[in-house]
Amino acid sequence: MSGAEVAFVVLALVGVASAVRLVTARNVVHAALYLVVTLATVAGAYLVLAAEFVAWVQILIYVGAIVILFLFGLMLTKAPIGREALDNQQRGLAAVVGCLVLAGLVSLTLGAFPWGAPAGPVAPARTEDVGAAIFRHFVLPFEAVSFLLLAALIGAVVLARRDEGEGR
Amino acid sequence: MIRLPLALLFSAALFSVGVYGVLARRNAVMVLMAIELMLNAVNVNLVAFSQQLGQLVGQVFALFVIAVAAAEVGIGLAIVILLYRNRETINVDEVNLLRW
Repeated sequence: MSGAEVAFVVLALVGVASAVRLVTARNVVHAALYLVVTLATVAGAYLVLAAEFVAWVQILIYVGAIVILFLFGLMLTKAPIGREALDNQQRGLAAVVGCLVLAGLVSLTLGAFPWGAPAGPVAPARTEDVGAAIFRHFVLPFEAVSFLLLAALIGAVVLARRDEGEGR
Repeated sequence: MIRLPLALLFSAALFSVGVYGVLARRNAVMVLMAIELMLNAVNVNLVAFSQQLGQLVGQVFALFVIAVAAAEVGIGLAIVILLYRNRETINVDEVNLLRW
């Protein structure tokens, strides 16, 4: 295993461990902090996978914005503390389904993609090339995504604001 | 360079933890967090294939997925807050007005 692969395995182990803590945490704010750890390790995995721009976008959008949104959501809804209050009755069934999904994905992956010999380091993808790819070949999806974001933000504001004259 | 199965295994583990979280949690915000885990697993896959194939298309798609995830979280949390305001609860198993 090369050094990059060792770094990737360490990041993956930390990320999966904190993801498991995220779905089993008893305190919702702790769960949000575990989400930060998982998202940061995924960003590190992008860096090791030679995708610099995606890694920094992950840090900016996910760790910077989405987790803050989650924390706002938690604060505004007075979430209870405790496992019984946060989990429903299907925990055992959910664990079985999760393990089955994991087993299926692992067997499919190992069956379809041979390990092969470790290859040498690759040059990180340049942000310039990513930008050129977006604005040369993917302009229409890019515009569609930006329109979707606009519609989603307007929709979120309309949904969450209090109407005038609503009884308090 | 990371060998492809290594990244795919990481992504598979993240995805199945997300599946467990979606099924086992009853707090709607926690369900949304588990959905984020699954979206991240997909992104790891896209970036890993992008590195394996030496093409940037996977990274561009990962960026699009991140943007759509941001929109999804915004709308999802707005619905959750609206739900809390109207029903005083965000437990997904107690919101069963439309259930048969």
